Amino acid sequence: MKKSCISRTQGTYRAALAPYSVWSLLFVIVPLVFVAYYAFTDNSFSFTTENITRFFTATSNMIQDDGTTTEVRTYLLIFGRSLKLAVISTLACLVLGYPIAYIMARAKEKTQKTMVTLIMIPMWMNFLIRTYAWMTILQDTGIINGILTKVGLNPIHVIGSETAVIIGMVYDYFPYMVLPIYSILAKLDVKLLEAARDLGCGTVSVLRRVVFPLSMPGVVSGITMVLIPSISTFYISQKLGNGKFFLIGDAIEGQYVANNLHFAAAIAFILMLILLVGMAIVKYVAAKYVYGGE
Amino acid sequence: MKKIIELRNISKAFGDETVLDCISLDIHDNEFITLLGPSGCGKTTTLRIIGGFEFPDEGDVVFMGDRINDMPPHKRHVNTVFQKYALFPHLNVFENVAFPLRERKVPKSKIKEKVDRMLSMVMLSGFAERRVTSLSGGQQQRVAIARALVNEPKVLLLDEPLGALDLKLRKDMQQELKKIQKNTGITFIFVTHDQEEALSMSDTIVVMSEGKIQQIGTPSDIYNEPVNAFVADFIGESNILDGVMLEDYRVSFAGQTFECLDSGFARNEPVDVVIRPEDVDIVAPERGMLCGTVTSVTFMGVHNEAIVDIKGFKWMIQTTDPVEEGAYIGITLEPDAIHIMKKSKYSGMFGDYSSFSNELEELSNPGGAENE
Repeated sequence: MKKSCISRTQGTYRAALAPYSVWSLLFVIVPLVFVAYYAFTDNSFSFTTENITRFFTATSNMIQDDGTTTEVRTYLLIFGRSLKLAVISTLACLVLGYPIAYIMARAKEKTQKTMVTLIMIPMWMNFLIRTYAWMTILQDTGIINGILTKVGLNPIHVIGSETAVIIGMVYDYFPYMVLPIYSILAKLDVKLLEAARDLGCGTVSVLRRVVFPLSMPGVVSGITMVLIPSISTFYISQKLGNGKFFLIGDAIEGQYVANNLHFAAAIAFILMLILLVGMAIVKYVAAKYVYGGE
Repeated sequence: MKKIIELRNISKAFGDETVLDCISLDIHDNEFITLLGPSGCGKTTTLRIIGGFEFPDEGDVVFMGDRINDMPPHKRHVNTVFQKYALFPHLNVFENVAFPLRERKVPKSKIKEKVDRMLSMVMLSGFAERRVTSLSGGQQQRVAIARALVNEPKVLLLDEPLGALDLKLRKDMQQELKKIQKNTGITFIFVTHDQEEALSMSDTIVVMSEGKIQQIGTPSDIYNEPVNAFVADFIGESNILDGVMLEDYRVSFAGQTFECLDSGFARNEPVDVVIRPEDVDIVAPERGMLCGTVTSVTFMGVHNEAIVDIKGFKWMIQTTDPVEEGAYIGITLEPDAIHIMKKSKYSGMFGDYSSFSNELEELSNPGGAENE
């Protein structure tokens, strides 16, 4: 009797799961297989590693600030630049987002709901529109400079700089950092904080020795959710960087638009691989730090 | 004995709800004191005020002569064993116990020595490297005790620490806690709603109800000389009857006059009469001071628990003699079985067993079903 009961629930479970399995097979697994397939084939679909090698070896000349020209590995340079901007944006999100997540988690329930909504409202708008909004804010004749000249200060030049790109990324991806950290901190047992205080910890110590280590899972998923889209972004850099900061996402888009599908797939494939390895390392280090004690 | 903590006229309210209503309590050095009462009586709030997690609205907390009302928890020489242990899940057993020592920057070798000694005291040597989440409830409990004691506090606060353990383990831990308290000489302030636990472990019991202290005394004082119907009902089983104190040593209840050992009441003063179920002797009806019909009998192992209807009042009687449902029996009461209490606001609320059932008792028991 019992056995048939179990198998029936398992059957129901499988049946309920089926649409999602089909969905992920069609729209996640199959496209990934195609990316890999395109990356390792040429235009006539015969096997080649040329696209992969091209990523690492292609060179171009770059004019330095002092006017001299140097030869650089094009895609490695672009990747390095993407990585730099993404890491800076992610760290900025973390530094700005963690305190907000903590304050939210400690606030009254009603305040928490309001704050979550406020953080999420920008996400309801299309990110192209948000990026355009930042253009009008940061332009040389934009809102910020308008205010600065009104109060008698010198206008600043932000648009078209790395700073502008970073501001755009931080703004766009901020909720993805705050929400996972908040959800972990909100679940944190208040008794643990009391126990820490009881055992001699002042406020800073409680944060450093109990709250932060226990929030590591949230921090890791926050970092993942900000780092990955910001490393592969292409639109923000075009609009806020005035196209001066060609990023790896722009490269993929460019190759794709130029109908160079195989090389676009190769770049995407390499990027994915690097990100996977990177995230595995982050997870490993975090796990060690969280559970390793002092 | 030296006073270590004094609570002076402490009141505390959360919003409109008064949780503590002007309580005063002295706690002495090397004492095992238990705050006992149903949930919502203010016992946990009292403990949290001593620990520094709540601050009194009125009154003073005095620790070894100093007023410490506003001192934060980490500066108090008091440690707490929390209800659900509150062990740090990201640290192993050793690091949990070492936690307060590392905060004080105790040298490494000293930490190792102290933690090892604590772990062996709670019989967890060899568990140092284990994750706390992999331990059983009883083991987690021991880690929590070791962690709270490693700092050698003057006072240890225990907030229903045994509530989550099963009966057998709870009994063992009761013995062990008592032993640890004796060996370390640290004052234990223990909070529980389990009267049996309180009676078996404490030097002093503080019975609380509705934010007030009802009675402070040794376990035998509290059991034998309850001050009012609430205490009599909460500690053990009691038949509580309306009576009239005719004169010193003579009381009338249930339509009869009895000799008793109490004096000092006004003539014909209405009183509450407490008779413990085990103090009632069952005899043949013709020799009984009172007679009635047995309405139910429950076999409890050591004794039988009989509910006897005597003139409409249902008595609980515990006897090792066989009794049968429906039998007409007599009872006799020795003078020392009769305890007289002044009337209080709790008079008439407890003491009759007409609606008694174990199931109801459990339902109405605020501490939850784990209380036997």
